Amino acid sequence: MPSKLKSPKALEALQKKLGKVADAGKVSISVCNGTACRPYGSNPVVEAFKTEIEKRGVADKIDFRITGCHGFCERGPVALIQPGNIFYQKIQVDDIPEIVEKTLLNRIVIERLLFKNDSVGNIQAQVDIPFYKKQQRIILGNNVKIDPTSIEDYIAIGGYSALSKSLFELKPEQIIDMVKASGLRGRGGGGFPTGAKWESCRNAHGDIKYVIVNADEGDPGAYANEGLLSGNPHSVLEGLIIGAYAIGAHQGYIYVRNEYPLALKNITIAMQQAEKLGLLGKDILGSGFDFNVRINRGGGAFVCGESTALMASLEGKPGEPRAKYIHTVEKGLWERPSDLNNVETWANIPLIINNGPEWFSAIGSSGNTGTKIFSLTGKVNNTGLVEVPLGIKLRDIIFDIGGGIRDGKKFKAVQTGGPSGGCLPESMLDLPVNFDELTKAGSMMGSGGMIVMDEDNCMVDVARYFLTFLEEESCGKCVPCREGIKRMRQILNDICDGKGQESDIDLLKELGAHLQDSALCALGSSAPNPVLTTINYFHDEYMAHIRDKKCPAGVCKALIHFYIKDNCPGCGLCVKACPTNAITFVEKRKPVILDQSKCIKCRTCYDICKMGAVGIE
Amino acid sequence: MKDKVSEIVKKYNKDKSQLVSILQDIQAEYNYLPREALNKLSKKLDIPQSQIYSMATFFRAFSLKPRGKHIINVCLGTACHVRGGELIAESLERQLNVKRGGTTADGKFTLESVNCMGCCATGPVVKIDEEYFGHMTNDKVEPMLKKY
Ligand SMILES: Cc1cc2nc3c(=O)[nH]c(=O)nc-3n(C[C@H](O)[C@H](O)[C@H](O)COP(=O)(O)O)c2cc1C
Ligand code: FES
Ligand code: FES
Repeated sequence: MPSKLKSPKALEALQKKLGKVADAGKVSISVCNGTACRPYGSNPVVEAFKTEIEKRGVADKIDFRITGCHGFCERGPVALIQPGNIFYQKIQVDDIPEIVEKTLLNRIVIERLLFKNDSVGNIQAQVDIPFYKKQQRIILGNNVKIDPTSIEDYIAIGGYSALSKSLFELKPEQIIDMVKASGLRGRGGGGFPTGAKWESCRNAHGDIKYVIVNADEGDPGAYANEGLLSGNPHSVLEGLIIGAYAIGAHQGYIYVRNEYPLALKNITIAMQQAEKLGLLGKDILGSGFDFNVRINRGGGAFVCGESTALMASLEGKPGEPRAKYIHTVEKGLWERPSDLNNVETWANIPLIINNGPEWFSAIGSSGNTGTKIFSLTGKVNNTGLVEVPLGIKLRDIIFDIGGGIRDGKKFKAVQTGGPSGGCLPESMLDLPVNFDELTKAGSMMGSGGMIVMDEDNCMVDVARYFLTFLEEESCGKCVPCREGIKRMRQILNDICDGKGQESDIDLLKELGAHLQDSALCALGSSAPNPVLTTINYFHDEYMAHIRDKKCPAGVCKALIHFYIKDNCPGCGLCVKACPTNAITFVEKRKPVILDQSKCIKCRTCYDICKMGAVGIE
Repeated sequence: MKDKVSEIVKKYNKDKSQLVSILQDIQAEYNYLPREALNKLSKKLDIPQSQIYSMATFFRAFSLKPRGKHIINVCLGTACHVRGGELIAESLERQLNVKRGGTTADGKFTLESVNCMGCCATGPVVKIDEEYFGHMTNDKVEPMLKKY
């Protein structure tokens, strides 16, 4: 670890030194060990690389780096090799000796590990892969260049120079003006202009102020903040320190979601390293500016992502929101002026300071500048973290970047904004993705979840899913939310169970309108969105459940049954797999027999049958 | 037990606002929040037990009951749900013969559900202790459990 940096010059000198090492022309490999690559076995892959490099004694010839998410998690574990921008995917432990021998030591590309595409064949360079082509990775692009646990890596790519510039060349007001001019809007969901929020907090009465990072990412099915915080924690920290200086805060908090152990670990390490180098703590870089940060873990409550609930939780109280007659920028944490921003909002700040607000506002569209990170999941071919300029069409994300729907199925809906958002149908695919258009369509930007659904997903079930989630997560403080969500969920349960009535639709709409008007916080007031958008865009599907007692997607258990088709060759695979012994073997080449009275509709036979001989009706 | 709680409280300088973190550390130590530990904590921090319990029951991360040797987290986040996460949860319930939140009779497994673990691209996901299992299907459940 280099010693404490006491001036901007010292930082620059270190930057030069580290940059030189990085440019030494060595072959480099960045192997992803992000959270989403772990289920694919990235841990053993990383270990195997270390062992192989050591065994061969080639550590000085290869620049080996373990990094956070590269974005294309679908193909994990992945690695990027330079020079050549070679992208390897689905790497297994057995591949490693060959990668080291051929590619790293002899620059021979292994075709087998390249990304393949039916139309274009093997693609070598990461930039040419369709998944990456339409993206603009100004934030996430750095993930492959740095080991998140190494502050040297971050400094080598120019890290903390925006902080140095802010402290020594800019006045707080100038920074706020730059953020305002950039047009940056909060990435936590609401899209509130960041510069204006900072200004209100700076101008609020009181000597003690706080800045807070919202890394709670409560949306159940989005991991954009996770990928950023665990992959490049210093960028968030640098943004936060700059914000603190601009606002006049000397204490900051980072509120990290409990289910993100890697993000928690990496931001903790980042903080300790920044402190050691004099980039955090007393007299930062010799500027006289003091700033400390505390990390808090969440307790697994969705509502704690809401600003006032988050602050209550930081005070050691249960995370219950309060009414916001007085804004948190005036009276927030400990009743003092507090500025809360999302992880991604903070990570944009160093970019704006380094490149200027004009550069930033040239990306995206007017009123919706910059990029947004989405976690693209569900039934698309290419799942992962994608970063796109705001204003791009949904279709471009789902079909060009996402590569369309898996298994040749049909697109049905895309869910954005998590439990506060909605489901948009095929007719909305040309919608430009920005804060205002998504809200107009009844959905929301949210913190970046984008879940794609196909013909096998039931929209009534999805609506019920979100309300079940919200019912559990409602803090119970206000009646509309506590009772309203429960009633709406019960009605949806009835519909899914085949006990729905036609009047239920109007009742859901009426309850939804009440919630929107009267809930204390946005958890309640946005809770009807998943229901109202599905009623709006998928009315027929509701009617099929209510009138015909059918679930067209084959999901709602009370409305479906499984059957064996005539093409069943009697292989017996399903007979063994069935947990309730509901299937009996007759003889080879004769269809098996399914006993409906024993069937629990667990779908095991359907998934296991290679002949497609199990049907759902 | 006494010393552990004291140690943890000391680590946080008796800072009451750090109650969530303190409870998390206590849970990490004992695998759940034992009543005696919470009694002790209430005295050490000089805050009423009711306040501690209100925190311990508000957040789903805490358990007031002893948990099994291995903690199974089955993801019910949206990305996992649309790929059949619920069916995996049901399958686990059947095979372990416990409901969500329950611990098997032999004390080996506790089955818990979570809403997203940050690897949605690989859903449905199950995590046992520190190990992640992606793209789960019903027929992978049994072999997965056998590893433990
Ligand atoms: C129920 C609820 C949950 C929320 N969860 C989050 C979250 O997980 N992350 C987040 O950044 N903002 C979340 N928000 C929004 C925050 O209240 C707040 O607007 C945001 O953190 C401000 O940051 P920004 O201006 O950078 O967007 C949530 C809001 C509500 C009502
Ligand atoms: S976690 Fe490895 S590519 Fe996303
Ligand atoms: S939804 Fe299951 S990991 Fe995110």
